[in-house]
Amino acid sequence: MNTHLLHLENVTKTFNQGRPNEYSALRGISLDIPAYQATCIIGPSGSGKTTLLSTIACLARPTAGRIYLREKPISNLPENFLAKIRRSTFGFIFQRFNLISGLTVLENIVLPAYPLGLPQHKLLQRAFALLDQFDLKNRAEHRVEWLSGGEAQRTAICRALINDPAIVIADEPSANLDSALTAELLEIFTQLRAAGKTLLITSHDPIIHEAAAIDMRVEMRDGEVRSIA
Amino acid sequence: MLNPVIIALLIVASLDTLMLLIAAGFALRILRHWDIQSGSELQIRLEQQTYLIATLVGFAFITELLSLLLFVYNADALSSQFVGAMCATGVLNVNPWGWPTLISKIIVFFFAALWLALNFIDRQAEDYPLVRIKYGLLLLIAPLMLSVWSFQLKYFLGLNPAVITSCCGSLFSADARGIAAEVSSLTPRTGMLLFYVGGIAVMISGLWYLRKQRTALIFGMCSIGAFITAIIGIVSFVALYIYAHPHHHCPFCILKSGHDFKGYWLYLPLFSATALAISSSAVAVTQRIPSLRTQAKKTARKFGWLALLLYGIFYLLSSWMVLTSNLTLENLWL
Amino acid sequence: MASLLRRKGKNLSLLLVYTLLVFLLASVLLYTQALRKEATLVLANSPEIIVQRLVAGRHAFIPAQYLKQLGDVRGVTYTQGRLWGYYYDPVVKANYTLMATGNKGLAVHEIAIGAGIARTRQLTVGDYLSLRNARGAPETLRVKEILYPDSELLSADLMLLNPESWRQFFAVPQAVYTDLTLAVRNPAEINKVAEKIVQRLPDTRPILKSEILRSYDAVFSWREGLVSLLLSVALLAFVIFAWDKASGLSAEERREIGILKAIGWETSDVLRMKLWEGAIVSLTAFLSGYLLAYAHIFFTSAALLTPILKGWAVLYPEFHVIPYIDYLQVATLFFFTVVPYAVATLIPIWKAAITDPDEVMR
Repeated sequence: MNTHLLHLENVTKTFNQGRPNEYSALRGISLDIPAYQATCIIGPSGSGKTTLLSTIACLARPTAGRIYLREKPISNLPENFLAKIRRSTFGFIFQRFNLISGLTVLENIVLPAYPLGLPQHKLLQRAFALLDQFDLKNRAEHRVEWLSGGEAQRTAICRALINDPAIVIADEPSANLDSALTAELLEIFTQLRAAGKTLLITSHDPIIHEAAAIDMRVEMRDGEVRSIA
Repeated sequence: MLNPVIIALLIVASLDTLMLLIAAGFALRILRHWDIQSGSELQIRLEQQTYLIATLVGFAFITELLSLLLFVYNADALSSQFVGAMCATGVLNVNPWGWPTLISKIIVFFFAALWLALNFIDRQAEDYPLVRIKYGLLLLIAPLMLSVWSFQLKYFLGLNPAVITSCCGSLFSADARGIAAEVSSLTPRTGMLLFYVGGIAVMISGLWYLRKQRTALIFGMCSIGAFITAIIGIVSFVALYIYAHPHHHCPFCILKSGHDFKGYWLYLPLFSATALAISSSAVAVTQRIPSLRTQAKKTARKFGWLALLLYGIFYLLSSWMVLTSNLTLENLWL
Repeated sequence: MASLLRRKGKNLSLLLVYTLLVFLLASVLLYTQALRKEATLVLANSPEIIVQRLVAGRHAFIPAQYLKQLGDVRGVTYTQGRLWGYYYDPVVKANYTLMATGNKGLAVHEIAIGAGIARTRQLTVGDYLSLRNARGAPETLRVKEILYPDSELLSADLMLLNPESWRQFFAVPQAVYTDLTLAVRNPAEINKVAEKIVQRLPDTRPILKSEILRSYDAVFSWREGLVSLLLSVALLAFVIFAWDKASGLSAEERREIGILKAIGWETSDVLRMKLWEGAIVSLTAFLSGYLLAYAHIFFTSAALLTPILKGWAVLYPEFHVIPYIDYLQVATLFFFTVVPYAVATLIPIWKAAITDPDEVMR
């Protein structure tokens, strides 16, 4: 049995095809991402690491090449199936968390589970278990604008975990964070990894990619993989 | 003859036609360039357009259903303005475009239902196997809608109050000529036989299909047959009992308040059952496509059972209306 | 759902304009409908042909022997002479229509009065009303009955007397009537009959019911057409406004849709959410607009429209509309407002829904 959770074969992503401003963000990437480990994609901005992440996480389809998730090809699925995979397999932690303002902590957390059409009580049960785990219970009904940085971070993590994903995706999670929060985040990453999640992170912040919690580092430059360590 | 209802109907038909033509335009592009294996930007744009097309068709479906109701209801309401018209029949008879408008509206309704069912099932399979069939069908629906639009326009523009029309009394009478007259010149007995034979045929073929998972096409055909025999049966048999009058054949007067809107109770289940049965049968046929096997089976069964339920309601309700009527016809049981 | 509330400002202005539009359209529709209905009620019982006598172009009493001559015209099934006239009551400064009838079983000096008179003069059954007759002497009449027909318009100012009292009151000789009414067996023959009447009795003028109907209709249609034209311009403006509102997607909204899609929502989920949002706005605006219009027309007697549409109201000085909901009209209004709104927003909504999910990552 292949322990590689994700397998990329010659993946290319080209923007503005056939127009003068055409450019390739990914140029033939082949890569294996093992299960139950934390992988960090490193590289300067413009190196294609965010594009790679969104292509892997089914946010965008590759222009060419194939991606396999547990040996199932997912690179040419239509959007409704990609969305299904996205919500069942991936949990997302974005730069600046991207919580939806105007909604409460609880509402933000249940958003990814909303299209599943679960009964209300099940949904709430799940959400409260997470809130409990991340010490946010007394904040459930608060609007997200009024949260402290740490609380917002934990809300974002709860939202990423609500559908119990196998893979947690974090895009530049430490941007705009002070060192205390970055430490807290790393602590949570370690916990998640211990809980059997696969982590996939992009960062150019040495505090993240040189942390002990990271098992594998993929260095990118100009849309190509430079080195894997 | 431009009253607000007519203007509303014309506006809706124009919008629906426009939307379906837009959808057909997208459909053409999709038919030409569709390649599910490709990750090109063109393909991604085409996929995004499928959402728009589905929304447009769904919208047209709903508004056409509503405008079908409004059309009949309005025809009924207009009957006071035409000499000789007592109900929708007379108003539809005012010029030769009335009936084609009604019939084409019904056909568009069923086609749109079929399309939505196919679209639903197609999106259950990762390779969208029905893309070509679906958008081919759409290319058929768009001109159909165009003809609805033009029939309706000609009909409304040709509504001349000076025309003395003939109503259900003469159209649906044995002495007249034409399809309507032939339908009503059937004895109630023949009407009843047709009505129930159609009903039994569709129920049996439906149950047979649902049990054996075969012969779905026969079920679909029976449902079309049952729709026609049910309409004939309503005209030549059920209506008589609702009106409690042995010579009043009319498919529209039963929609009036004077008859407790009984018509709606009959037509709504009949139309939905037919739409569901046709869709069920079409979806069942797609079981042959490997990527659709389980989903198509499930959906077709669901539609099939729902259709049978609605057929049951329709036939029970109409039988009940017959049995509780004050009218007794002799020779019916001979 | 919550996202709807969050952009309160944006949706509120849309909702207001939308409600206003429905309100205006519904008011005009309800008002003309009510007027038409009143007119049909008035005319429903009116005879097919009324024959008046003209003397030097002025309306004059018609001799009773004309009845016989008209009855002989082929196709006429029924003839009757009518006695009626206006009476100005200085006490309340209003005109009454005094009409003679043989059907109510009224004795001499007994009257049946319309609800309008009863209200203004504060009369109940058994009270007495004193009017000045043709000789200038006061005449005391006993109220035997108050009339409450379907439409007050018909009878608000109506006062029924027995024919004898009527002739005495107005000092009109026995052998004449105010006008004559005819019933015709076959509707297709009405014009023929009218022609024959003019030939036989050249000093008369037949007035056909269809002519009255047509002149009413012409007045209604013309006004309605004008108003509809104005309103369709308003509708067009509204559609453009709705389109603009729906397509003016702020960066904030794009980001939110991007987030939703990234965390697992599909285009159709976003579409559904947005369509729900539109449906809620539509239904709220539609219902509140319609209810406002309903209250406006039936409870305030179209206070806002009357100054603009006075031409109609002059036909009937005492105009009280009867509250009435016509489902066909509600459906029409729905098609006029909700459908164009929906169509105008469909494409912008779709454009918003296909926002790329990787938007958030950029």
